[in-house]
Amino acid sequence: MSELLQVRDLHVTFKTPDRTVHAVNGVSFALKRGETLGILGESGSGKSVTLRSILRLHPEHRTRWSGSIRMEGDEVLEMGSRALADLRGRRVAMIFQEPATAFDPVFTVGQQIAETIRRHTGKSETDAFKRAKELLELVRIPSPAQRLKAYPHEMSGGMRQRAMIALALSCNPSLLLADEPTTALDATVQIQVLLLIRELQREFDLGVIFVTHDIGVAVEVSDRIGVMYAGKIVELAGVEQMVDAPQHPYSRGLLASTVHDGMRGQRLEAIPGAPPDLAEVPTGCSFAPRCKFVRPDCTTAPPSLRATGDTHLVRCVLAA
Amino acid sequence: MAIQTPSLDLGAGLVQATASSASRGYWQSVARRLRRDPVTLICAGTLILIVAASLAAPWLGLADPYKTSMIRRLLPLGSPNYLLGTDELGRDMLARLIYGGRLSLFMGVTPVVCALLIGGLLGITAGFVGGRTNMLIMRVMDVFYAFPSVLLAISLSGAMGAGTENTLLSLTLVFIPPVCRVSESVTTQVRGFDFVDAARASGASTLTIVRVHVLGNVLGPILVYATSLISVAIILAAGLSFLGLGVKPPEPEWGLMLNTLRQAIYVNPVLAALPGVMIFITSICFNLMSDGLRAAMDVKA
Amino acid sequence: MDTVIPVDRGGPAQPLLLATGLRKHFPVGGGILGRGRKVVRAVDDLTLSVAKGETLGVVGESGCGKSTVARLLIRLIKPDRGTMVLDGDPVDEPHGITVNELRRQVQMVFQDSYASLNPRLTIGETLAFAPKAHGLPAAEARERVRDLLSKVGLDPNNYAERYPHELSGGQRQRVNIARALALRPRLVILDEAVSALDKSVEAQVLNMLVDLKSELGLTYVFISHDLNVVQYLSDRVLVMYLGKIVELGPVEAIYGNPQHPYTRALLSARPSMDPRKRTKEAPIQGDPPNPIDPPSGCRFRTRCPFAEDVCARAEPALSDTGHQSVACHMSIAGSGHSKAVRGGAAAA
Repeated sequence: MSELLQVRDLHVTFKTPDRTVHAVNGVSFALKRGETLGILGESGSGKSVTLRSILRLHPEHRTRWSGSIRMEGDEVLEMGSRALADLRGRRVAMIFQEPATAFDPVFTVGQQIAETIRRHTGKSETDAFKRAKELLELVRIPSPAQRLKAYPHEMSGGMRQRAMIALALSCNPSLLLADEPTTALDATVQIQVLLLIRELQREFDLGVIFVTHDIGVAVEVSDRIGVMYAGKIVELAGVEQMVDAPQHPYSRGLLASTVHDGMRGQRLEAIPGAPPDLAEVPTGCSFAPRCKFVRPDCTTAPPSLRATGDTHLVRCVLAA
Repeated sequence: MAIQTPSLDLGAGLVQATASSASRGYWQSVARRLRRDPVTLICAGTLILIVAASLAAPWLGLADPYKTSMIRRLLPLGSPNYLLGTDELGRDMLARLIYGGRLSLFMGVTPVVCALLIGGLLGITAGFVGGRTNMLIMRVMDVFYAFPSVLLAISLSGAMGAGTENTLLSLTLVFIPPVCRVSESVTTQVRGFDFVDAARASGASTLTIVRVHVLGNVLGPILVYATSLISVAIILAAGLSFLGLGVKPPEPEWGLMLNTLRQAIYVNPVLAALPGVMIFITSICFNLMSDGLRAAMDVKA
Repeated sequence: MDTVIPVDRGGPAQPLLLATGLRKHFPVGGGILGRGRKVVRAVDDLTLSVAKGETLGVVGESGCGKSTVARLLIRLIKPDRGTMVLDGDPVDEPHGITVNELRRQVQMVFQDSYASLNPRLTIGETLAFAPKAHGLPAAEARERVRDLLSKVGLDPNNYAERYPHELSGGQRQRVNIARALALRPRLVILDEAVSALDKSVEAQVLNMLVDLKSELGLTYVFISHDLNVVQYLSDRVLVMYLGKIVELGPVEAIYGNPQHPYTRALLSARPSMDPRKRTKEAPIQGDPPNPIDPPSGCRFRTRCPFAEDVCARAEPALSDTGHQSVACHMSIAGSGHSKAVRGGAAAA
């Protein structure tokens, strides 16, 4: 099966005594090995929730899932705890935004990587540490032998993030999930980490899903980009198509309002209003209240994803 | 004077963001959460009952708590006219317990209130001013804090002598350092928030800033901590009285009663344990209420 | 409270704010009684001027000291050394204006976070705080609040009674801006004011900042790590590294012809917006170093591809190179660097 990951009609709802949040409302996409899918969205779009659902990281008692997530053919939403433990870390690895909290502060970096290796592959401690050192070299951490003995707080932000990538790759996963891993990094460090991820992806033929709110970052790493809004994918296209000719009014608005070179002196085209409250399932298109091109039939029924080309999908009634 | 921007209702869709459309202040939402918490309500109800009974003691038609009777010593529970029996000197237990509540509660709550005022003031000052003042205040507190509270209470009481006033004084002194420490910690935290910097940047006086911005955010956690101290205070006061360092006989006070009823353990254990039961109930109610208060205040609105 | 708005004193040629030789070092705790021996050299010998009506952008990465500069300019922190002059009046000196008077004319917008607005106060109470603290009676303060809210695009009838947790990030940031305007300042320092916002909301707020500037005749100091936004808003730009200014000049010069190696690295570290022209190589390696023990001489030399011996020995002064000022030995004639510009301007 060439499909590494297949997500179909995923719905994720959080229920608390105070309120219900429909975080993800029907997301579908597929990913092959060696491919990077960038998920672009703002806060509240559901992008992080989608990602974390692939590993079922949300607290079980508050979360309701429906739909299907198939990892190499196995249904994640029906996995028992042993299969899930095998999935997490070994078949699918994840890196997070805040490397400081991803590591345990009372153990050295070497100990944590070695522990993961031993847990999933049963290697001896010496072998595991050897492998940990190799991994630190792989992610270009200088003086890896010494860094094995370093504690997380003794490393700089960029180095911690590289160490986290090393941890993620320690058990040869086939899928890497990245949840805004460079958002908290300085610009000069961010580009280093992005290039590293690209290089590692090529070298290990990984499938990568990269969640970000920064268009530039998405363009740098992705082969395809999916734009999310209010819990749905509103546009899915190859990276060049998305940048050259976005079709969904939200994607277009997003690109137009992102400040970059040469916009000095012009008024920014801001998307008016704010994202909707996710407590209710919308009756029509979620973007309708803010859309320049809104039509009467936009509010009657939620639009479906239509193909406007081989690999271009748009969730809008206006799409050809 | 509004700016000419294309017609956008910037609040569109966001006003419904909260569960109810009525804007709710922090304390109102805390009160709302407390009302829905069954444990806190039960404890509050129990305490109100105990306090009310203690306050209304003279009018409840109880027997005289000081009247002794050598014939009717250590009558068991359920004796005619003596619902809860009598103590080792023949005094009515029910009356002693209810009247005892007055002193025990007073000895529990008063030191905490005093410590709250003094320790709170010192802690907030130390936290807000920082620097050398902070160091001075906190290191002095550390010296007292180094002693376990029971030991400190006993030493102070022992040095000053027994009696209600001395007990109050020593308990207050015992509680000032922990309250001060909590206040300082919370105040330092709030002091670091941007909105306090913004208030300083607006040129308001320090007192105004503390009053408007700091107090509202700091009183909550301090109050929670103080309520949890009340249960400790009640037990400490009772303990001191038990040791003979607190209230002097013949005053009814639960701790003292535990002491004097010691000999009755072999004769009527239930009777001897009754004051302990009262201490337990009161103390645990304060404790659970403090927990409930903390949980209600913890949610970020 | 005086209803007289502070008046322009020296005319357009006089800088609105001139800070000279500012230095701030923070002791790092460690020794007995919390007195450590290490210091964080947050800002070292910094001189900058802000002209009336301009937007001065300040860029740099973490540890460069830009947030400390912001707080020094508004005197939330007292500098160890250095002077400040506001429109000709020295600040906090015998014949000048007091810090409180400085604060009437210079205000700050903080980054949106849950800590930027007091969660226990309504929006109206937060906005009325500063005017009332300066003596404005309650009724007028309420009017002022309504006025401020409309200026930032929030309906006063709706928002004055709300609490911060009921607002979105963009709305809270508008309130932050309104709060900075409450005392009718002349200079507004924006410290990462749009950094925490979603891109679509950022655009709205940037538009609003531009409008407010022209409507109210404000001067901005815009501090950010986002080079694109700084380019969009600023007239002049100042690049900081480890507490020092490395390059300073008009925005076109800095972005079009950056001369300091760090500025060049920063600019090329921006992710490409064109998938066909992806970044092939990171412009510099390593992380921004710790301001506790900055390198001797030029602080950037540990990451600079052109570093030579002279860079470790001597600190390059900020020198005028025609269109901009650069602190790099390569731009100072006769500095001893092999690539030093011949015939260029001598060190200032």
